[in-house]
Amino acid sequence: MSRKIRVLIAKPGLDGHDRGAKVIARALRDAGMEVIYTGIRQTPEQIANAAIQEGVDIVGLSSLSGAHMSLFPKVVQLLKEKGAEDIIVFGGGIIPVDDIPLLKKAGISEIFLPGTSTEEIIKYIQEKVRLE
Amino acid sequence: MSSNSLLLTHYDLQRSRWMMSKNIREELERWEKTTLQKVISKAPERQPSFQTTSHIELKRLYTPLDISDLDYCHDLGFPGEYPFTRGVQPTMYRGRLWTMRQYAGFATAEETNKRYKFLLEQGQTGLSVAFDLPTQIGYDSDHPLAEGEVGKVGVAIDTLKDMEILFDGIPLDKVSTSMTINSTAAILLAMYIAVAEKQGVKSEVLQGTIQNDILKEYAARGTYIYPPLESMRIVTDIFAFCKDHVPRWNTISISGYHMREAGCTAVQEVAFTLADGIAYVEAAIRAGLDVDSFASRLAFFFCCHNNFIEEIAKFRAARRLWARIMKERFKAKRDESCMLRFHTQTAGCTLTAQQPDNNVVRVAFQALAAVLGGTQSLHTNSRDEAYALPTEDSVRIALRTQQIIAYESGVAEMIDPLGGSYAVEALTNEIEKKAMEYIEKIDAMGGAIKAIESGYIQGEIAESAYQYQKEIETKKRIIVGLNQFQIEEEPLRDILKIDPEIERYQKEKLAKVKKERDNTKVKQCLAALKKAAQGTENVVPPILEAVKAYATLGEISDTLREVFGEYKER
Repeated sequence: MSRKIRVLIAKPGLDGHDRGAKVIARALRDAGMEVIYTGIRQTPEQIANAAIQEGVDIVGLSSLSGAHMSLFPKVVQLLKEKGAEDIIVFGGGIIPVDDIPLLKKAGISEIFLPGTSTEEIIKYIQEKVRLE
Repeated sequence: MSSNSLLLTHYDLQRSRWMMSKNIREELERWEKTTLQKVISKAPERQPSFQTTSHIELKRLYTPLDISDLDYCHDLGFPGEYPFTRGVQPTMYRGRLWTMRQYAGFATAEETNKRYKFLLEQGQTGLSVAFDLPTQIGYDSDHPLAEGEVGKVGVAIDTLKDMEILFDGIPLDKVSTSMTINSTAAILLAMYIAVAEKQGVKSEVLQGTIQNDILKEYAARGTYIYPPLESMRIVTDIFAFCKDHVPRWNTISISGYHMREAGCTAVQEVAFTLADGIAYVEAAIRAGLDVDSFASRLAFFFCCHNNFIEEIAKFRAARRLWARIMKERFKAKRDESCMLRFHTQTAGCTLTAQQPDNNVVRVAFQALAAVLGGTQSLHTNSRDEAYALPTEDSVRIALRTQQIIAYESGVAEMIDPLGGSYAVEALTNEIEKKAMEYIEKIDAMGGAIKAIESGYIQGEIAESAYQYQKEIETKKRIIVGLNQFQIEEEPLRDILKIDPEIERYQKEKLAKVKKERDNTKVKQCLAALKKAAQGTENVVPPILEAVKAYATLGEISDTLREVFGEYKER
């Protein structure tokens, strides 16, 4: 593949914990991807718009505040409404395991939990984007 | 004793010290060449070099040579006296143990009130309030941006009504309360004062802390509302108000905790925290306050991470460095103005989701380091916090950990027991020196506010966080159960869950208050606040009037947003 994978890393909601998001953004960049990081306090609307404007292949959502159940599915839904359902959405953060099946049902492709290596996420994105 | 020995001159003392050093140096060299070399030539050490988390190169062995420049009276002194290296109180934990203060809050004021009563029954000695994000960022529970966040990371407070419920049955003249609140600190402090008044408790006797440290919100934690200069004005208004009306209150808790959690090193934590401290002192002096009138009410908040000796040295270094800054830079006259009193929380970022029971052990070591470092109060994290807010069982173990240190370990029975350790003193010196170098660099940029606005501090934190992650992934840093000694295991399922229904309940409660209050009075109060904010009048008294009239947190914040504007992350 000649084109670089384009990724949007986003922080939905009011959560300010951005250590994970920043570390992942940098690791993906070091792995040769083009990465846009939104900064904190983004609404699902802002994230969906940014994903479309930037023409990304995949969006990574990070949340540690417990608001993932209302915010993550909303991003997927907005992308669909805007005709961009081909953009893959994955997530990570402090997320109870019992919520994972529900999030996947809502269209989130994967959820990464604390302790995941950046290597694992890089591999996931490379495989996922190539397959789609 | 012969009279001659009493007549030792300064020269003799110097000479005898030099002779001793010479002796040790010769002996050390001999040891290295013989005993040590014999072993190392056959069995090399585990690593070519050993470093702390701040990349301080650790020696194999520390000896009196490493602290030969230390002047006991000048650099260490005595507890309760300048420069406070050995502790801020003359008796430390022999007099009174540190305050055991578990940070807690979730869902509604009703639920959290129950948790507080549980904690107090379990022997906790102070309260620490966690607010939800909408409360921290000045949105009511019915605001669109609050959706999904109500009651999640802390308790939702919209009006004085919630605050009355939160402290129901808790005598505010008996407990001290710490509130993790920053951009809306003035509002929550005002509500606390109003609740106390309803209990018949005067503001003059209230004890506690508001975090009120807005600078680290821009640098790391993210709950800012207004631009830096306007935020600093609110901060100094609070200092001035409390000096006259709430004199026993800690008006700010200058926090390194969140910057450390965001990834910075121990040295950076000391440097960035004290640089922020300098900015607050400068702002208050610029606002016309005398340094000795407010400095003794400044409190600090640090993290306690894994590296045991480095952390102990960090606390001692921070105390000494702050004392010197206050005396030498700000010419503080009172000893109390130079005293760095601090709260500690164990490092949340060190908790692993893998084999979570191991976290109990991590927390115990971190808590022990905080006590050996002379903390004034302590929060111990719970084993399940890589998953969710802690369950009651997990919090109990965390609190018991503190009680075991306090009552069983014996470390609370003497002051600064590691003082004089060659390694601890050498590291204390090293951390102080390296932190000072950072502070000088920040000074050269124009101070902490400039360094934050330019993104310098955020960049330093992000860089350290990335290096730390790389060290874990390359196994240069071993995290037990995460990148070594793993087992096949099921993730934890028995965790605290917040009922999503509470958002609806909270909105209903808010609607009811809005309907029942005197809305004309609310409008007048908000207009008075606006006028104060536009001018130079202290904003705290009109905020106090507004909360008493049951104006909401969101309405008060919006009034200030109109005047001050909002900060956007660069």
